[in-house]
Amino acid sequence: MLEVRGLSIRFGGVQALEDVSLAVAARSITALIGPNGAGKSTLFGAVSGFLSPDAGTVRFLGSDITGLPPHRICRAGIARTFQIVQPFAAQTVRENIAVGAHLSRASRRAALAHAERIAEQLGLAAQLDKVAANLTVAGRKRLELARALATGPKLLLLDEVLAGLNPQEIAEVLPVVRGIRDSGVTVFMIEHVMQAVMNLADAVFVLNDGRLIAEGPPAQIAGDARVIEAYLGHGAAERLRRAAPATSVAAPGGAHA
Amino acid sequence: MRELAAIGVFALAAAMLPAFVSSGFVLHLAIMVLYSTLLGQAWNLLAGFGGQYSFGHALFFGTGAYASAALQVHLGLNAWLALPVAIACGAAAGALVGALSFRYGLRGSYFALVTLAFAEVFRILANSVQFTGGGVGLLLPLKESAADLQFSKAGFLHLILALTLAGFLVTWWLKHSRFGAWLAAVRDSEESAAALGVDVVRVKFAAIVLSAALMSAGGFFYVQYFHYIDPHIAYGPAVSVEALLGPIVGGLGTLFGPLLGAAALQLLGELTRNLAGDVPGVSLVVYGAVLIGMVMFLPRGVAGLVSRRGA
Amino acid sequence: MLDLQIVLASLLNGLTQGAVYALVALGLTLIYGVLHIINFAHGALLMVALYGVFFLNARLGVDPYAALPVMVPAMFALGYGLQRFVVGRAGHGRDENILLVTLGLALVLENAALAAFKSDTRAIETAYTFSTVNLAGAMIAVPKVVAFFGALVVAGLLLALISRTDLGRAIRAVAKERQGARLVGIDVEHVFAMSFGIGLACLGAAACFLLPAYYVNPQVGNGFVLIAFTVVVLGGMGSFAGALAGGFIVGVIESLGGLWLGESLGQIGIFLVFIAILLFRPQGLFGASVEKSGHA
Repeated sequence: MLEVRGLSIRFGGVQALEDVSLAVAARSITALIGPNGAGKSTLFGAVSGFLSPDAGTVRFLGSDITGLPPHRICRAGIARTFQIVQPFAAQTVRENIAVGAHLSRASRRAALAHAERIAEQLGLAAQLDKVAANLTVAGRKRLELARALATGPKLLLLDEVLAGLNPQEIAEVLPVVRGIRDSGVTVFMIEHVMQAVMNLADAVFVLNDGRLIAEGPPAQIAGDARVIEAYLGHGAAERLRRAAPATSVAAPGGAHA
Repeated sequence: MRELAAIGVFALAAAMLPAFVSSGFVLHLAIMVLYSTLLGQAWNLLAGFGGQYSFGHALFFGTGAYASAALQVHLGLNAWLALPVAIACGAAAGALVGALSFRYGLRGSYFALVTLAFAEVFRILANSVQFTGGGVGLLLPLKESAADLQFSKAGFLHLILALTLAGFLVTWWLKHSRFGAWLAAVRDSEESAAALGVDVVRVKFAAIVLSAALMSAGGFFYVQYFHYIDPHIAYGPAVSVEALLGPIVGGLGTLFGPLLGAAALQLLGELTRNLAGDVPGVSLVVYGAVLIGMVMFLPRGVAGLVSRRGA
Repeated sequence: MLDLQIVLASLLNGLTQGAVYALVALGLTLIYGVLHIINFAHGALLMVALYGVFFLNARLGVDPYAALPVMVPAMFALGYGLQRFVVGRAGHGRDENILLVTLGLALVLENAALAAFKSDTRAIETAYTFSTVNLAGAMIAVPKVVAFFGALVVAGLLLALISRTDLGRAIRAVAKERQGARLVGIDVEHVFAMSFGIGLACLGAAACFLLPAYYVNPQVGNGFVLIAFTVVVLGGMGSFAGALAGGFIVGVIESLGGLWLGESLGQIGIFLVFIAILLFRPQGLFGASVEKSGHA
């Protein structure tokens, strides 16, 4: 569905991404993990059109979308959420979601109606007339998700949609994400909450310092020495193995508070 | 729609005013309130709904005014025909500013500054060119007849009411259309809007063209009513300020904000005139103080007091 | 085609006029660099300073240059008070709101002056108002030459202040990272007010250098506002060297423009340059030391 080849982006003196290649399979939940500063959001930026790569290509459903502006990429079928949510603060939840719905609906009435349906699907029905500025963090994250979903995407990029949520709220969102995938939308998510990654993902890609260092199913990634070292530092994998030789090495990252 | 009904009731009441009031002074006041409303509606469209604050809206006003006046004076064009031409010229000026500013991503203070610069460029041009009468300006010959769009006070009231009504309807459409939703999205978060498929540059461009068209209609009316235009009136800061004061006082991004603001300011102006006499500049001092006060204490405007997002 | 002598004279006049623009812009660029405020009242405040110098001369017989020790502190105090009690309070931090507040301030000041002094244009006459000095064959008015050197001195003082003093260090910290500065114990509101005050103090100096060869009326500020912005943007928001260079460039453009296009069209060159800079190189010549809040 999504094919990234040889993507490189440089910011001044920093090589944010270097020769990254990955592929997201249709109808999967694919995770992108890595320590802070690894380049995950930069990758999302390049895929969604907010950043222009210095080298490499991004292909979506067979077409080259490299360097297209964000609104064109959205119209092609890729929607995204932002790590730092930016709701339309002065507008209601319904109006917020309706903006996404308007992508394929010219009628105001149709867009508002679709917004209601999406809100119900995501458990926001009770807040439809609330002004976005008055939502809790969890509510805003959900609104962010709802808006993106309302555009009817084929691929949904979720940028740390679980960040800032307590365990209860995380547990509530997980089935929602699964439900989105089951309804036919491919999900590509950046996540730090390993519990979610283990739970949801079919495939995992690991970035570190702008480079792709590992890929594979979650269980395999969890035991990968390079991944552990990326999170816990040089030599950590070896130390862990010596400390507990009988068991397989623990999952990187650990529980997220 | 409740809002359409409210507009209708207001329009009807205003239209019937001459039937009950014969005082030229009161009619003039009503005309000035409506004229000020029109200017405010134009600015409100771009600033209140679109989030782009222009400090040089006089550019569009002056272009509309000069286009109309010059065509009538130099070519003897009929006023009825001059109106659409004036609007087209104003819209073209909007397109010029929009195409340059938004394509290059000017926002916030920089956008305000560039609009100011454009207005100033045109003022200097108008001051130096024969077509606009140079520094002396243009004087519209007095021909009171409906065929020439010059009337008695009552007639002018109906003319400005028609224009303001158009402004109301455009604003109403904005609140209930996809374009309006896009515009509000751009105002509240350009990045999110782009990520949701909104063509930000194109939306801003359309908004400024629309805003310019309305503003130039105001310029057209000014010439018909006052029979005179010169570079300072056309492109000077006074008109730009008048356009923004109303919506800020009455409520940015609301349907009736510009009207409420225009009425409040006109009232304030009259009060000031009564109390302080005809000292030049006093009313503007009051307006300036009101502006500061509004921003300090009532950033949502008067309409913001009444309901969450005004009428 | 054009007599080289005339062009040279025009150039020199442009430089001296540009010096005054630079003086006005220095304050504006400091205010923007630190507070991120585009001060629309800057022109009106210059007008206030000019009236100050005028009345000191007309009523008390004080020579404009001798008025420097009075005007500079007075304008500083005005600036400090305005920022602390008006602008700072009203802004609520939003860019657009602060624009409107400074616009409102400009309205109030300009029209209060109109009400108090009528629209008469006033000028002063001193011993040297009409004396000129011969520079490479061109006759340049003495007050303008003094203004030229005055601008250099003020710019130098500002640079010294910013780079050598504790206050300057605090100002730089606040300009770079407001929250961080607060966290290390810097009184940010005080620094803001100091910066605004210093910005207006520059206007006080500018007025003293300007009035001998110029005039004052309530609207005089309007002419300077856009030009000052042009200088600041051209030079780079927050850069003193930029304000100085920008001022000279703008002065020369205006002068040569007037030579080429005639008096009334002359200023158009400035604003066209302004628009071009805003569109194509908004960080100006010296690149802003602060990021542009107003550009994509």
